[in-house]
Amino acid sequence: MWNYTDKVKEHFFNPKNAGVLENANAVGEVGSITCGDALKLMMTVNPDTEVIEDARFQTFGCGSAIASSSALTEMIIGKTVDQALALTNRDIADYLGGLPPEKMHCSVMGAEALRAAIAAYKGEEWDDDHEEGELVCKCFGIDAAMIERAVTVNGLTTLEEVTHYTKAGGSCQTCHEKIEDVLDTVLAKTGALKPAKSHAPGTVGLDAITPLKPKAAAPAPASKMTNVQRMQAIMMAIEEIRPQVQKDGGDVELVDIDGKDIYVRLSGACSGCSQSAGTMMGVQMKLVEKLGEFVRVKPASLMPAGV
Amino acid sequence: MTGIYLDNNATTRVDPDVLAEMLPLFTEHFGNPSSMHGFGAAVGGKIEWARKQVQALLGAAHDSEIVFTSGGTESDNTAILSAIEAYPKKKEIVTSVVEHPAILALCDYLEKKRGYTIHRIPVDAKGDLDMDAYRKALSENVAIVSIMWANNETGTIFPIEELAALAKGVGAVFHTDAVQAVGKIPMKLADSAVDMLSLSGHKLHAPKGIGALYVKRGLRFRPMLRGGHQERSRRAGTENAPGIVGLGAAAQLALVHMTDENTRVKALRDKLETALLAAVPNCFVTGNPDHRLPNTCNIAFEYIEGEAILLLLNEAGIAASSGSACTSGSLEPSHVMRAMGVPYTAAHGATRFSLSRDTTEAEIDAVIKVVPGIIDRLRGLSPYWAKDAARPKEFAPVYS
Repeated sequence: MWNYTDKVKEHFFNPKNAGVLENANAVGEVGSITCGDALKLMMTVNPDTEVIEDARFQTFGCGSAIASSSALTEMIIGKTVDQALALTNRDIADYLGGLPPEKMHCSVMGAEALRAAIAAYKGEEWDDDHEEGELVCKCFGIDAAMIERAVTVNGLTTLEEVTHYTKAGGSCQTCHEKIEDVLDTVLAKTGALKPAKSHAPGTVGLDAITPLKPKAAAPAPASKMTNVQRMQAIMMAIEEIRPQVQKDGGDVELVDIDGKDIYVRLSGACSGCSQSAGTMMGVQMKLVEKLGEFVRVKPASLMPAGV
Repeated sequence: MTGIYLDNNATTRVDPDVLAEMLPLFTEHFGNPSSMHGFGAAVGGKIEWARKQVQALLGAAHDSEIVFTSGGTESDNTAILSAIEAYPKKKEIVTSVVEHPAILALCDYLEKKRGYTIHRIPVDAKGDLDMDAYRKALSENVAIVSIMWANNETGTIFPIEELAALAKGVGAVFHTDAVQAVGKIPMKLADSAVDMLSLSGHKLHAPKGIGALYVKRGLRFRPMLRGGHQERSRRAGTENAPGIVGLGAAAQLALVHMTDENTRVKALRDKLETALLAAVPNCFVTGNPDHRLPNTCNIAFEYIEGEAILLLLNEAGIAASSGSACTSGSLEPSHVMRAMGVPYTAAHGATRFSLSRDTTEAEIDAVIKVVPGIIDRLRGLSPYWAKDAARPKEFAPVYS
């Protein structure tokens, strides 16, 4: 089951502006029944003001295709042709509160229908007649220009994303290399660089880990504790751990509390012992349990300078 | 969840009696059946009871022919991998184009990575197997034939006994994915040429995560999972004891309800189908209506898309399924619809209603009332449908 937003459901269950618009002077048709979705967008544009006075749609397709079409008509009515041309598929998806990644092509279909309708209104040649060779994806009839637009507008970086947004490559898969070439060209142009990794592949820093909240949320003492209470709770937790640490011939003491960072000093047999990391982890687990919030236990040596 | 559940080919409700049999396995009978003490022995006894129930449901000659697995996919993978390992010189596999992905994806892999020749037997417009192509594909080079007993999308039943006999004629192992057929079609594997058969618990009112593979006594077998000596070393890993006992209980109940599935449930399915075909223009039944599971009805509604149908059905409290591209996240309609050559105008709107012994007549009557309105509403939105004329119209756009 797709996780559709309430806005998508609203536009699917009660679509706005569905049906035929008589006397439309700007009509755009995209998609096909073979592909599984198709949209006919009809608009009446006032030739003097260039304002889109009315818009209607007919759609063959899934829930998100119908919702995207409905949203599109709502977004463009009252806009001038030039204002409408500035809309992207991203705007349609945003208007709907987002679409599942696999369904982004529905928003792209809306944006493409709008471009086609406006081109028809202006009497421009809508570039929908392709020489066989110009198409990247022959199964769904997608050319490089459409892929480039989707990549640029949506900041796509992978083949899978391009397929989700345009359907290109979603059938026989023989065009995957061509799509990757287009992707590489656009990415090279925009200079999109991948962030440098400071961790081993497949790993993240500890600071990137956020534990899921327990299902039956225990009364969160943290939110209700005053700073003094919180400090006392931390001190008590450390006191509870000390006997264990002392048993191993070491000791642990609280040095400072800085928000989520708790600085402790390990001494005796613990300092420099190979188990010290484990001890720190044990202290951290105890504190998280006692406080009901996430804290990080750090050695005092890591305290910011000047403290 | 409440509502009318007509998606029993996807999964079924666990029968309350099945659950009751399982619960003690989570509490007092927690032992490991391999252990040498009373805790283990109690569980071991229950597992052997369950094995006999599955044996009875399949009409197998020996209870030792039943190997418990995690489900249909594991059984399918085990069967094919076992046969090709047992007959390493035979480098061909015969299957059909309409199999479950558990078979098709494995065959694709064996073709690409291990150099096997895969014969994928086509079907005709009714979903029936091309028997000439099947006979031609058989030879002494074939290690295993794997053909499903009944299709999950259309319910179409293949002539398994005839297919198995032909396969045995060239010395090939014959396996059938009977996940949809077990519990709906009476079987007697003791008198059958079928060598291996896959079944899945959750399709017959047992829980998910349990299944079985029937392996005829004397058949060469190579395990897929290696490890301990469970299941006579044919499937290593500590037994899913609650699941196995659940499957045993479900098998026992399936035998009890087999007649109901083939009479009352079938009559309800026929009532639904007849009423929808009469009330909705431009729709048709996919698959072979004469050789079909008693619970399955797949209707292709032209000029609309399946996911939209399912969303509106769901809103009306009805659960069904679709071969449409959009429901799966893939971009193409189901491989079964395409294999039968169902036109694209209808393939996207193929909707499957699958009943079970839980289905009531009142539920079917409610569905009959709701569906025509939903189809009409979506056709009203479709650029391919002229509403007033109640017929398709010309519309030929192209993607930009």
